[in-house]
Amino acid sequence: MIPGSFDYHRPASLDAAISLLASLGEEARVVAGGHSLIPMMKLRMAVPEHLIDLQDIDDLKGIAINAGTITIGAMTTQAELIASAELESACPIIKETALLIADPQVRNVGTIGGNVANGDPGNDMPALMQALDAQYVLQGSGGSREVSARDFYEAAYFTAIEDGEILTAVRFATPAAGHGYAYFKQKRKIGDYATAAAAVILTIDGGTCSSASIALTNVGDTPLFAQAAGEALIGSSLDQGAVAAAVEAAKAITDPVADGRGPAGFRTHIAGVMVGRAIACAAERAN
Amino acid sequence: MNDQTIPPAAERAAALQGLGSSRKRVEDARFTQGKGNYVDDIKLPGMLFGDFARSSHGHARIKSINKEAALAVPGVIAVLTAEDLKPLNLHYMPTLAGDVQAVLADEKVLFQNQEIAFVVAEDRYAAADGVELIEVEYEELPALVDPFKAMDDDAPLLREDIKDKMDGAHGPRKHYNHIFYWEEGDKEGTDKALAESDVVVEELITYPRCHPSPIETCGCVASMDKINGKLTIWGTFQAPHAVRTVASLITNIAEHNIRIVSPDIGGGFGNKVGVYPGYICAAVASIVTGVPVKWIEDKIENLTATAFARDYHMTGKIGATKDGKITALSCNVLADHGAFDACADPTQFPAGFFSICTGSYDIPVAHCGVDGVYTNKAPGGVAYRCSFRVTEAAYMIERMIDILARKMDMDPAELRMKNFIKKEQFPYTSALGWEYDSGDYHTAMEKAMETVGYKALRAEQVENRAAFARGETRALMGVGVAFFTEIVGAGPVKNCDILGLGMFDSCEIRIHPTGSAIARVGTISQGQGHATTFPQILASEIGLPAEDITVEEGDTDTAPYGLGTYGSRTTPVAGAAAAMAGRKIRAKAQMIAAYLLEVHDGDLEWDVDRFQVKGNPEKFKTMKELAFAAYSQAIPGIEPGLEAVSYYDPPNMTYPFGAYICVVDVDVDTGVVDVRRFYALDDCGTRINPMIIEGQVHGGLTEALAIAMGQEISYDAMGNVKGGSLMDYYLPTAVETPVWETDHTVTPSPHHPIGAKGVGESPNVGGVPAFSNAVNDAFAHLGLTHTQMPHDHWRVWQTAQRLGVTG
Ligand SMILES: Cc1cc2nc3c(=O)[nH]c(=O)nc-3n(C[C@H](O)[C@H](O)[C@H](O)COP(=O)(O)OP(=O)(O)OC[C@H]3O[C@@H](n4cnc5c(N)ncnc54)[C@H](O)[C@@H]3O)c2cc1C
Repeated sequence: MIPGSFDYHRPASLDAAISLLASLGEEARVVAGGHSLIPMMKLRMAVPEHLIDLQDIDDLKGIAINAGTITIGAMTTQAELIASAELESACPIIKETALLIADPQVRNVGTIGGNVANGDPGNDMPALMQALDAQYVLQGSGGSREVSARDFYEAAYFTAIEDGEILTAVRFATPAAGHGYAYFKQKRKIGDYATAAAAVILTIDGGTCSSASIALTNVGDTPLFAQAAGEALIGSSLDQGAVAAAVEAAKAITDPVADGRGPAGFRTHIAGVMVGRAIACAAERAN
Repeated sequence: MNDQTIPPAAERAAALQGLGSSRKRVEDARFTQGKGNYVDDIKLPGMLFGDFARSSHGHARIKSINKEAALAVPGVIAVLTAEDLKPLNLHYMPTLAGDVQAVLADEKVLFQNQEIAFVVAEDRYAAADGVELIEVEYEELPALVDPFKAMDDDAPLLREDIKDKMDGAHGPRKHYNHIFYWEEGDKEGTDKALAESDVVVEELITYPRCHPSPIETCGCVASMDKINGKLTIWGTFQAPHAVRTVASLITNIAEHNIRIVSPDIGGGFGNKVGVYPGYICAAVASIVTGVPVKWIEDKIENLTATAFARDYHMTGKIGATKDGKITALSCNVLADHGAFDACADPTQFPAGFFSICTGSYDIPVAHCGVDGVYTNKAPGGVAYRCSFRVTEAAYMIERMIDILARKMDMDPAELRMKNFIKKEQFPYTSALGWEYDSGDYHTAMEKAMETVGYKALRAEQVENRAAFARGETRALMGVGVAFFTEIVGAGPVKNCDILGLGMFDSCEIRIHPTGSAIARVGTISQGQGHATTFPQILASEIGLPAEDITVEEGDTDTAPYGLGTYGSRTTPVAGAAAAMAGRKIRAKAQMIAAYLLEVHDGDLEWDVDRFQVKGNPEKFKTMKELAFAAYSQAIPGIEPGLEAVSYYDPPNMTYPFGAYICVVDVDVDTGVVDVRRFYALDDCGTRINPMIIEGQVHGGLTEALAIAMGQEISYDAMGNVKGGSLMDYYLPTAVETPVWETDHTVTPSPHHPIGAKGVGESPNVGGVPAFSNAVNDAFAHLGLTHTQMPHDHWRVWQTAQRLGVTG
């Protein structure tokens, strides 16, 4: 449980970080909170020769809520997400999800940028970002671009991020006032990744579901945006039949691996239960 | 002297903080301030660091080991392999169970993560880099994972080193993968009684392989002083003296030239009883290099290579008359010991005290037999917070009683009450030969049932089942009852020894002139609070305040010989030694008092903290005064000073017991079990420190929850260990842990000087069946007889699915 040797860099600006990343090449990795990367290094599953620590870059921190858009700097910690009253009132599902990540010690240092850039299907924020239809802001020496969270994940630990790019922020439209939301996660204990988890965001207009988006955590080699599941709800009164259809549509796209949490079939089943319960909870919260 | 100046006895007794006082733990001041001194805190000048290269296979022949690249790493000093240890005859070491274990793999690896090479380097980083570069070429062999296949004709041969040695440490071996067969009781009589019983139930009850997983892993610092020839080893040892003697025997270093020190230990739970390759390799490396060498495991190494617990496959069979009186019990066990038999049991008991499996019941005839077998898994078989194999026995009998109750359609609590050994039957000799010292099971059970409102819970369960059937809820309520009897305090030297060392224990007390004292004991605390409780025993015996008594243990150069701390033996054995040593102090003090008060010693009586003249309480000498007199006065016929030593050989074990009741709600759609309520009544005889007892019960119940609900070290068919890190291995946090309700009755042990029985392990022993019975009970009305632990989400859901209630 001791990492291989590496050099440590701590740039004070984004530009400095990007040029370091460019000059050090493939053997360099950025480190944010380090709570995914360092365990992997201790297991020697990751052996970067250079770590570029982003924590001194002020531009990467903070939560901005304006003109219908929420922008969260990559280096904002999970604890800061939980503590922000403005964020809680504009988009409460972020806090609900963050509270289901690990424990206070991990959340005090783990960042939203690291969580979504990591590419581990067990991370909770990516599915939530897909449900919120977030954009990831990526910056490299060639400039800045945005990639939708729904397009970002290619396979476990493979994402749309290119060599030399840093994820600077996540950005999404503030969900409509009165929206219903829920993040349901089944895990074995505090500090465990999900057996299955589901994010649901929906709106109800005069008893009819007018929008719904659903995404799943840890039941495939990427987070899964369950488009058909959301669509199964839209236009319905969230009656039993519609919910059952959504659950089935969600289960249909899962492809979990068997692990200590149980065999694949069980994890798919739990994904369905989480979706069903999250819909019921979101419906209750919507007004 | 004036009457009013003598405070009343009760007030003086309270000031001593003796037996029964919830005095705060004196060791916590340093622990809570981060000032503990654990083995990894020990840093010596010039110290090197050792780390292991381990097997990536469960079973393979080693074709070659290449050290070159590792030796080229800057800072790497040496790499040891079996070849280097052979000339010293240290490539194998004796285990506590009469087997030998490879220190470094010799030609073959027999379990994944087995030690192959020991890399010694200037710091742990270089050592880890060296480990990465050890190249081992393997020829894979078929792995033996299923213990039920161990004795098949075509089973792979695991132990080539002993393949022709068909006479094992515990009798003949039936097969090359067989270790021992051990039995107790009357087989013929049991079979006959079972055949004649109105009702018989039989079930295979598996207690899965789990691991004690103490917070601190195992480790040591070995330091050979080449000038004076003295080897000192600081390490995580639950039995430092035994380690010293074993070290002397296997290294031929004279015992006075070995010093073993256990510093603060961060939990042991049996994991730190055995001897591990790391200790030997660190010692050899220090002898070779002449500088201290440290070895500290990481969590994965601890979970996958140092001693596991349980792995008992128990087929229980129990018979009863049609009105529910138990007629006989038989139990056949297949014990998976892994690659080497490294169980930590008293020598004559290869299956520990498993024959306590008749539990709390008056069973006329019984038989148990245990076959131990080798598999390609890590060695061990330690008592994880229990006395040797007692938790396995308690789990088996407590499940079997529930299964019998179900079969007879009787309430499980009622069936227990009907079969309990009665108060007037103690001392009671069980069908398997144990003499239970004392007990009052009916009172304890009745108190437990009344406190939790047992009848109301059962009524609520009837309601819950009806509501479930109507589709109004998806949660099933389960009520688990367990009534355990432990056997602890090993033990009488006549039948309890470890490698020939009798399992007595010791205490040495030295009273200082001003009336404070130091006591040294042969045990070692790993969190149990010895520095707090031993002074309490002594305070009540010798009348000096507990806060004026220091306790020292764990250093073999200063502590009297003892067999250490495990199996709840500290209070029953060393605690008795402390009381007896205290009584010797008091006896001498009485002579001094007689001299000073100019009366015959027979005219004196002891009163809390003083000797007073019978019928004349104004004439007295306090213990403090007597201590000073012992050092300041020339008293004819009495040596100066005030010291005593006691080596205590207990006449019998002690038998703590308890009644535990657990209420769960099982979500059949997710398999999540919510522990709604847990009530634990413990009877550990005389209670030394109620607060510490409560703390021990809380900790043990939390471990029991972990075992019942999730802990498992399993292997795939290739012998790869699954889930050997804390990512998977279930260590509950405060969030998963329910609120514990604790309670007690007090039935003192008649043979222990202060009537105490030991409690540290009771909650683990009794807790596991209570949880498991509750989960099983939730499904009982659907026809479930038994479902295996751990009751994790998947298995519980699978059970619900099998019973057709997952919808
Ligand atoms: C015990 C434990 C339990 C956990 N449980 C959970 C859980 O239940 N759910 C969950 O979601 N997470 C969990 N985590 C992970 C935790 O949330 C991590 O903090 C998070 O996944 C990564 O964030 P980080 O800031 O620590 O990133 P790091 O570990 O520093 O980085 C992770 C990866 O992302 C890359 N990276 C980081 N920041 C950027 C950036 N700005 N641009 C580009 N690449 C970047 C790094 O190079 C690295 O590859 C757990 C961690 C631990 C130790």
